[in-house]
Amino acid sequence: MSAPDPAQLAEFRTEASQWLQAHFPTSLAHQQPPGIAGFGAKLSGDWKVWQERLGEKGWSAPTWPAEYGGGGLSPEEAAVLHAEMNAIGAVSPIGGFGTMMFGPTLLDVGTEEQKQRYLPAIIRGDIHWCQGYSEPGAGSDLASLQSFAEDKGDHFVLNGSKIWTSGALEADWMYGVFRTDRSKKYEGISFMTLDMKSPGVEVKPITLISGQSPFNEVFFTDVVIPKENLVGEKNLGWNIGKLLLLHERQGIAGGSASAGGASYDIEHVARDYIGLDNGQLSDGALRERIAEQKMFSHAYALTGRRFSDEAAVNGPSAAVGIMKVAWARNNQNREELLVEMLGSQGLGWEGDAFSDSELRTVRAWLRSKANSIEGGSTEINLNLVAKRVLGLKGY
Amino acid sequence: MAVLTEEQTMLQDQARSWSREEAPVDKFREMRDSGTEKGFTEAIWAEMAAMGWAGILIPESLGGSGMDYATFGVVLEETGRTLVASPLFASALVGTSALLLGGSDAQKQDWLPGIAAGSSIITLAVDEHPHHTPEQTALLGARSGEGFALNGRKVFVFEGSSADVFVVAARTSGSPGETSGITLFLVPSDAPGVTASRLHTADSRGYANVVFADVEVGADAVIGEVDQGFELLDAILDRARAGLAAEMLGTASEAFDRTLEYLKTRVQFDQVIGSFQSLGHRAATLFMEREFARSCVEAALRAIDEGSPDVAQLCSLAKCQAGEFLHNMSNDMIQMHGGIGMTDEFDAGFFLKRARATEAAFGNQSFHRRRYIADFGI
Repeated sequence: MSAPDPAQLAEFRTEASQWLQAHFPTSLAHQQPPGIAGFGAKLSGDWKVWQERLGEKGWSAPTWPAEYGGGGLSPEEAAVLHAEMNAIGAVSPIGGFGTMMFGPTLLDVGTEEQKQRYLPAIIRGDIHWCQGYSEPGAGSDLASLQSFAEDKGDHFVLNGSKIWTSGALEADWMYGVFRTDRSKKYEGISFMTLDMKSPGVEVKPITLISGQSPFNEVFFTDVVIPKENLVGEKNLGWNIGKLLLLHERQGIAGGSASAGGASYDIEHVARDYIGLDNGQLSDGALRERIAEQKMFSHAYALTGRRFSDEAAVNGPSAAVGIMKVAWARNNQNREELLVEMLGSQGLGWEGDAFSDSELRTVRAWLRSKANSIEGGSTEINLNLVAKRVLGLKGY
Repeated sequence: MAVLTEEQTMLQDQARSWSREEAPVDKFREMRDSGTEKGFTEAIWAEMAAMGWAGILIPESLGGSGMDYATFGVVLEETGRTLVASPLFASALVGTSALLLGGSDAQKQDWLPGIAAGSSIITLAVDEHPHHTPEQTALLGARSGEGFALNGRKVFVFEGSSADVFVVAARTSGSPGETSGITLFLVPSDAPGVTASRLHTADSRGYANVVFADVEVGADAVIGEVDQGFELLDAILDRARAGLAAEMLGTASEAFDRTLEYLKTRVQFDQVIGSFQSLGHRAATLFMEREFARSCVEAALRAIDEGSPDVAQLCSLAKCQAGEFLHNMSNDMIQMHGGIGMTDEFDAGFFLKRARATEAAFGNQSFHRRRYIADFGI
């Protein structure tokens, strides 16, 4: 890869900055979009305006080819755009499964017709996606999935169910892996998309220990899926499904350091709830644990940046599996520390006796327990690293 | 690994093949068994100097090649892999940094050409206690005539018995524990009153305790400003920490590679032991620690070269993360090799001993956690 021309990059910086000045509604500066980006919140007001402008420009998917509506930018230009957006507090409301996972996978393995059909809508944020992977009997051992799509010639008929499906209630479409041959475990799986409005699709939210319902069960009863929704070849969808997970982990690896972060910093909580003694936290053992946590988090962020730089040159690497493990550890350690520091104020569920940020911290702490399970459990990711990166046998 | 420059790639290739072919761990073993008083093999140091490594940081006008710390780190990582013992780190990086950052033109002219050639060895004498506590400097620097008289003792000085000149941190005012009142002096090892005593340490490198008894130095021996030396000292120490972290990353990476190879070849219960999850998961976790340590080391060296404001924070981060990885890796190297790991004939013991010595030098993990968190006002 040739080194980027600094003069061209500087020119692009000016262009990006001017475009953002003209098109980003300042009322949204430093705001997060309502709902979870891409999980289906239908936007209105200034958010809707910003979504339309950003999607029209293609900068919601800055490095995707312009022919599908993407930004057509180089990785270096995309980094400049990102920096310029950060500088003015502009957050893209278009994200989630479509831009992070399905889109990149389609660019790798989709047909021209499928790219034309899905990518522009993903880039504009018009379609919200959910991911049909896990099933009640297929968690870590995903390939044992049983939802069966029977081949009826010009279409498939799907029966079965998915579980832990984020955003299924709001999603317009699902992509996922489904069994099309019961005689073979890995070579009997196909990768398909389906319209969530199809007759026979039923979604049931699951209430978690945090009291929230970010996940759902999805039931399929005689759901008709047209043949054109098959991505890749029939029975050869397992590798596509795995490729997509690599994009997912790369997305996590390249994410911000404060991924999952609550609204206030660990050091502020320490100051407010533990107290200082001569300018130092009065609990010395806790102070050292906070230092360890902050340094791990810092090292995580530096490694994410390094992996992203390397991936821009070499493509995603299996080594990002450790970033998923580290991401979960980082979040969980952090949330545990926060709740511990809040003391009995960190045990509130609702009511006036607790502040909003205390209550949020409790919910975030409970939610974080899923971090080492979702997106491939810590144990599965360690297996993958042992096998694919370290070359160990038996995994 | 970060994308390297052409110059760095060339130097990395050179350092890698030289370390493996000319200075493998067996050479370190020979040095230890030879009973040398220096703690390094002179012929090996001469080869390193002949390749220009002693002058990596020194400007071309003074006989060096004027390269940056990131480039030096690439070399130290490779020499760290085969446990090369030499004055490269102490003299060409730490002592040299003192002169580059704070030395007068005359001091640079006097010493840097010899250091670049490898014929002079310069080293920093800072610690006086079993723990790294630079602000506790007590070695007295009292005004005496036009200059100063130095009295006190420094411990665990790298290459202390072979150094030609010391950079000595002395207290010229105030009390131990205060950062103001510290002054750095350039003191030749043959000055009357300087006595270095070689230490015989578990890791077999050449440290010495050095006593300064009524050592008279002129005002021109001061590096930087009188009483204002702590900031300069800390900047030198940060370069030492980042450079040593690069060496430690190399040492730990080699221990990792050797252990992984063993996991792939050692058979028990009719299968390679690496197929057991209890070992495979530990290897994968150590791999994570390795990648984290690398990111931190590279960021710290880059920050030094770019003069970034977060040099201190990143150098503490790098020293701590590299220290943690090396600590865990050197323990697991022995455990995963089982009984053979405990034998002197096998190299694992060398990695463990080197690990603890480098972890302690210029602040252990605990020191750097405290230094890092102090920045956050808690």
